[in-house]
Amino acid sequence: MTTLILSQLLNGVQYGVLLFLLAAGLTLVFGIMSFVNLAHGSLYMMGAYFAATAFNHTGSFFLAIVAALGGCVVLGMVLERTAISRLYMRDHLDHVLVTFGLVLFFNEMAQVIWGTQPYFLPVPAWLDSTVDIFGITYPSYRFAIIVAGLLAAVGSHLLIHKTRLGMLIRAGSVNPQMVGALGVNIKMLNALLFGIGAALAGLAGVMAGPILSVQSGMGEPVLITTLVVIVIGGIGSVSGAFYAALIVGIADTMGRAFLPMLLREVMARDIANAAGPAIASMLIYVLMALVLAIRPQGLFAGARK
Amino acid sequence: MNEYLLRTESLVKRYGGLLVTDSVSIDVRPGELHAIIGPNGAGKTTLINQLSGELHANSGSVLFDGHNVTALPIHDRARRGLLRSYQITSIFEGFTVLENTVLAAMGAKEHAFRFWRPMLGRPDLVKVANEALAVTSLLPRAQTPAAELAYGERRQLELAMALAAQPKVLLLDEPMAGMSAQESAGVVALLKKLKGAHSILLIEHDMDAVFALADRITVLVYGRAMFSGTPDEIRNHPEVKAVYLGDEAIG
Amino acid sequence: MKTTNTQANPQTSLQTGRRPWQAGTLVPLALFVLLAAVPLWGLLTDNSFYVAFFARIVIYAIAVAALNLALGYGGLVSLGHALFLGLGAYSVALPAFYGIDNGWVHLLVCLASCGLAGLITGAISLRTSGIGFIMITLAFAQMGYFLFVSLKQYGGDDGTSITLTSKFVGLDMGGVYTVYIVSLVLLALLTWWMARLRVAPFGMVLRGARQNVRRISAVGFPARRYLLVSYVLSAMLCGVAGMLLANLNAFASPSTLSWIVSGDLVVMLVLGGIGTIFGPLLGATAFLGLEEILKIFTDHWLAVFGLVIVFIGLLGKAGIAGFLESAGSRRAKGAPRPAAPGAARKGVEA
Repeated sequence: MTTLILSQLLNGVQYGVLLFLLAAGLTLVFGIMSFVNLAHGSLYMMGAYFAATAFNHTGSFFLAIVAALGGCVVLGMVLERTAISRLYMRDHLDHVLVTFGLVLFFNEMAQVIWGTQPYFLPVPAWLDSTVDIFGITYPSYRFAIIVAGLLAAVGSHLLIHKTRLGMLIRAGSVNPQMVGALGVNIKMLNALLFGIGAALAGLAGVMAGPILSVQSGMGEPVLITTLVVIVIGGIGSVSGAFYAALIVGIADTMGRAFLPMLLREVMARDIANAAGPAIASMLIYVLMALVLAIRPQGLFAGARK
Repeated sequence: MNEYLLRTESLVKRYGGLLVTDSVSIDVRPGELHAIIGPNGAGKTTLINQLSGELHANSGSVLFDGHNVTALPIHDRARRGLLRSYQITSIFEGFTVLENTVLAAMGAKEHAFRFWRPMLGRPDLVKVANEALAVTSLLPRAQTPAAELAYGERRQLELAMALAAQPKVLLLDEPMAGMSAQESAGVVALLKKLKGAHSILLIEHDMDAVFALADRITVLVYGRAMFSGTPDEIRNHPEVKAVYLGDEAIG
Repeated sequence: MKTTNTQANPQTSLQTGRRPWQAGTLVPLALFVLLAAVPLWGLLTDNSFYVAFFARIVIYAIAVAALNLALGYGGLVSLGHALFLGLGAYSVALPAFYGIDNGWVHLLVCLASCGLAGLITGAISLRTSGIGFIMITLAFAQMGYFLFVSLKQYGGDDGTSITLTSKFVGLDMGGVYTVYIVSLVLLALLTWWMARLRVAPFGMVLRGARQNVRRISAVGFPARRYLLVSYVLSAMLCGVAGMLLANLNAFASPSTLSWIVSGDLVVMLVLGGIGTIFGPLLGATAFLGLEEILKIFTDHWLAVFGLVIVFIGLLGKAGIAGFLESAGSRRAKGAPRPAAPGAARKGVEA
């Protein structure tokens, strides 16, 4: 039993770490540029596709990662310069429209280019084993994701708190107009931010590829969960996104794994079988609603504009 | 029973370590025009925000018309007759001048959970609005969308909206901001007409206007109500001159 | 006292003080007439395909009109209205599953569930503003989606077919002509009401909140209260559209609650003209019509459609109604203009 709990807990952390990679870039774009980017899930999807394509042509997982990161950075910056940057001064409804249209476009183009069947991206051979951790055996690949994600979290913390770029980011999240007025090339900063967010999304796509299937439309369900993470963590707060991502990842995974079982202990079997999965699927949204009811700005809201 | 229509008692407002309103106790008597003056950053708008209900004080109370309204939000205070105008014009750009004013007239008196008959089809509200527009010389512009108004006219509309609510006390936050000398003179004439029937708390930088209109003046410095008195007392007060007015002859 | 001729005479015309007979009114009214003729055409040609096609347009127009109340008038950018569409559909499917085909029961379940869902999600969502509001409405709709997917006994992901459609006073809504005519009548009534509402006190407060939320409270109307009421009304009306949709299709599935449907509703509204009276009808017609046309040319019409939506977003938002307005305009001096483009709500303070 403890084995099950521990492995599900680790699965939850692994899911949370993936969510963090997506949430980090997105929350910065929300907080600094006040831009509603619904197409972030598409960047995640394209990262997975770039990686799968590269892998299928070269057999190298390492090259797959490079392809995903590089491809997404380029795609992100191109998008930012051509469409996104025109929208900063406009209201959120315009952002919703443009990014919604982009999602439809990307989803359909993915089918055009790669077909409707899920595209295969396997676990790399050197990670296709298990590790012994906390007394249980756990898939190495998933463990690698956790490690990679935590490294990314540490890296982003260092970037934001110890570098000049990070200082600009923090300043921009409090007062973007001032940063521009101080002579910083705000256009370049925005493009860079968008690119970094895209890269993180692409990285998440690569890492998720072997576990989930690489297919058109894979981005949106994850995107919406990411939005829940950001709302709980507080818009604009990367550290908030980290803690919230872990909370959401663990709550969702453990909830789906154990809630039906728990319910069967306390109520009639058929009711539990019906209600269990239903409630488990709603769990993180209920969590979000509770956070909003008590603390609308998010649990870890940092500097606000 | 109350000598004062509006009164604050030791109002305090802090932003972190910054004390913006320092134990301010002021009042407005029925029919008077009480002007608040002071250097920039003295906390005048913050004070008005606490009086209107948009800002909650850290401590102290606001008493209006015999009731303690400190906990009441802005819409409740508006309905009781405590209205304000904004230093930075805040109107409904997409509505006509008349619609803006009728909306204000309606807001002061009734709820808007009516879903069928047109708002402008209410002769009583339209009448009150037209009166407010007449007083502020905006009647010829009643059908103009507010977005098309000149700057001075928008300031007038601010006032008209406050008047349409048939207020007991008006909180006016620099109504003459950005106006030409001629426009300001018009506002001064208007305020002279209004005081008496209405009680007014006026924040202004235009010293000529202040001394022409005020029955009492209070000087706010660093959030504290430093000096209070009649225009003559304030004009000749040596410390006030040092802090704010300077040595030139005023008024 | 004789008033001058610049006084507002609010009863001058069909809609908000404009002169009635312009393109902005004529084209939509002509569209209504054409839509009324559709069932006749169907009977004459003994072909109900177009009746079903246009029924879909009319029903979506009702849903978009519901969204217009919250978004167009109130400025609430809801990306989760598919939740209410889906609840409405399942308000038919679930009772039908248990053998209940009384239309009034379906309607009651629909209004109650959508009203409650609108109240709870609205109250929570209105604690935020701007980006937060959009994300939260999206999340709540997704929650509804997952809920119905997980209810395997009612079909889950595959949906559930409805064998017992709603029956009201001798009318069976499962018949395509019946549901068409009822939907068209409802749309006409709803459009008329929205026209009246636009200049009625409630509508004016909503539109004021959209323009300047701080000021509407300052004038005496607590913004959050009015916006919540508009959201609940919007939810219930959207639910009714969902009921009609379920009857038309004799089918209900979780895909009705997907984020794509929510986005489609928003696009339809923007395309038709946010905050305008005929925007919902014009937008639904243009959107679904364009979809059909594109399908003729390519299987991958969604890609083209996506780009079209991107361009609509980049170009700005007077919509079709706004275009007709300026095309046929000989506006009386000072007549109110259509809702200012780009003036979506930014935030609800305390």
